[in-house]
Amino acid sequence: MKKNDVILQTVTNVVVFMIFLFSLQVFFSGHYHPGGGFIGGLMTSGAIVLLLLAYDIKTVSKIIPIDYKLLIGIGLFFAVATGAGSLLFNVPFLTHAFSHFDLPILGETSLHTAVLFDTGVYLVVIGVTMTIIQTIGEGE
Amino acid sequence: MLDMVLKISLICISIAMLALIYRVIKGPTIPDKVIALDAIGINLVALIALISMLLKTSAFLEVILLVGILAFIGTVAFAKFLEKGEIIERDRNH
Repeated sequence: MKKNDVILQTVTNVVVFMIFLFSLQVFFSGHYHPGGGFIGGLMTSGAIVLLLLAYDIKTVSKIIPIDYKLLIGIGLFFAVATGAGSLLFNVPFLTHAFSHFDLPILGETSLHTAVLFDTGVYLVVIGVTMTIIQTIGEGE
Repeated sequence: MLDMVLKISLICISIAMLALIYRVIKGPTIPDKVIALDAIGINLVALIALISMLLKTSAFLEVILLVGILAFIGTVAFAKFLEKGEIIERDRNH
């Protein structure tokens, strides 16, 4: 019997973007407010889980054609490369630096290399969560 | 004055949550329990908002949105499990 969940799918199409924007906001405000890479990654994977609930694994892998196991590797590379980059400037491993830049639209912004490390955390959290959920969901 | 009002509201919401917990434990069918758990989540949102007013901080405002989203996803997942027996389908068109 074919079920018609048009209400769930329509609500999901709207809500997924809200959750994704909220997760990005939590991720980027992590330096000055509660939040950061971990909770941002969990919220992003929550948005993808909502897509998985409304549709199915095949459709979602067509919408978001990402290999999540590769995402773990990219995230770990980001974290290690941020740490190793400090070695180029003759300072200890994982030393971070920041400076103020005049960006075109945002005006004067302080950019910190900890954001790159946090990007690594963000990608690893998305990769691990989605790998676990997809592996369990695919098992018969 | 405002503190008094906030504390009375906290007590009222706690009583509402206790009644919902009774429904979670006692509820004759599973959907009763799921709806009670969803309502507990929404009451938790109100509780966090009142407590963040009481503590005069805006640090918990993300938590409010977060609990709302999590309650929605959890309820949808449980509803789908009750209806179809599986939460994540491999291919829904066959």
